[in-house]
Amino acid sequence: MKVDFEHRQSAHCESGVITSLLKNSGVEQITEPLAFGIGAGLFYVYIPFIKINNGPAIAFRTFPGLIFKRTCKALGIPIVRKKFSSKEKAEAFLQETLNAGKPAGCQVGVYYLSYFPREYRFHFNAHNLIVFGKEGDDYLISDPIMEHPTKLTSYELERVRFAKGALAPKGQIYFPADGDHRIDDERMRKAIISGIKMNVNQMLRIPGWFAGTKGIDYTAKHIRKWRDKLGQEKAGLYLAQLVRMQEEIGTGGGGFRYIYAAFLQQAHEYVKRDEVLALSEKFTEAGDLWRTSAVQAAGIYKGRLGSQADFDQMADYLVEIAQIETAAFKALNNIKW
Amino acid sequence: MKKEEVPQDDGALGKVTKEICYATDKDGHYTTELSNGWDVKKSALDAAWNDIDKRVDAARQKVMNGEASPILFFMEYRLMDLSLLADYTGYWKWQIKRHMTPQSFNKLSAKQLDKYAGAFNVSVSDLKSLTVHES
Repeated sequence: MKVDFEHRQSAHCESGVITSLLKNSGVEQITEPLAFGIGAGLFYVYIPFIKINNGPAIAFRTFPGLIFKRTCKALGIPIVRKKFSSKEKAEAFLQETLNAGKPAGCQVGVYYLSYFPREYRFHFNAHNLIVFGKEGDDYLISDPIMEHPTKLTSYELERVRFAKGALAPKGQIYFPADGDHRIDDERMRKAIISGIKMNVNQMLRIPGWFAGTKGIDYTAKHIRKWRDKLGQEKAGLYLAQLVRMQEEIGTGGGGFRYIYAAFLQQAHEYVKRDEVLALSEKFTEAGDLWRTSAVQAAGIYKGRLGSQADFDQMADYLVEIAQIETAAFKALNNIKW
Repeated sequence: MKKEEVPQDDGALGKVTKEICYATDKDGHYTTELSNGWDVKKSALDAAWNDIDKRVDAARQKVMNGEASPILFFMEYRLMDLSLLADYTGYWKWQIKRHMTPQSFNKLSAKQLDKYAGAFNVSVSDLKSLTVHES
């Protein structure tokens, strides 16, 4: 059994899943950058006292699940979202959804995803994919990271849907509720503006010195001390972690900054404000600088660089990025829509 | 990033799929381009795995020396930490710490061993003998 669904590859799993699900339910205008921007996906947070895979917790985008929730809310599309304590009930509900002809978004853990290369399989529980059918014992999977659709056996799917640990998916399943969800361009325009406002808040006004653009500055301060405090090797590993989070599967280069830059370009067609185009370039600049900083970090964790001056240079890049992003969000904040 | 600058290095994911990157064309318009991988990213992943391999080797050595039980080894081998293992087994962290000593491990019941074997996705005999089968 297979529902009517077209696989699309995307740069980021959550915005990719949302884009496919929304397109499938009639929102013709949606693209991955629009979904990312409307859902206020851009973020930064560095939490030094939480350790993930023996390195510091760093994120370049908003908390898992929020992009879907916000995008659908802004577009006025009702959603169905369920978590389960029972594996049997979770699978039965998935079957029901497929039987009703709907593709289903699922939150999964990456560790046991059999089609991923082993090098990428960490205990990260906020990956997203779409199940769009079943053949024999195999579920048909549209993983937005992959070029082509793939498959998981029912056992494999159950295992990733019920992965344990931080952000445990608990069989979470989500999709747009019934109905015709075609929307007009005015609705898109409003959703885009509300997404931009939300992202401005998230980057400029979030409380705590470790989140938003001030969090980037805060990270820079720490990086200057890493060499003395942690020693060369561990400091290198921390920088490798920073780069891995920034270059998370599929985001590539300056990662989420480029997606946001693409969002602002596409947003321009709806909001018709030329400032938005100019600001798109600022996010490209930030993305490029994140990329340059990653090259610098690589020099350190590969052992080619390692003096305090090299760590300071790395920190300086982050300070510059924080300035660019702060200025860009302030400018977005000042637009009178 | 410009379209022609999208990196095309060998990457771990490149064996399985190319990745989509957002990049600008010659007119500055955003479009997507497939990337094979980026060596900066690959080396970050290599650094992480290097560290994991070291931890796994150190854990294996501790078990061999009789300083730790196989639970420590498999926890490192499966990239887990105490809280994750606690989530998978239902034990408290302090219990797991105790089970990580050879003395306490040798007294575990069949049912307790099953729980650990299940969490590590290995058989009980492989758990006891420190045998790994997967690549």
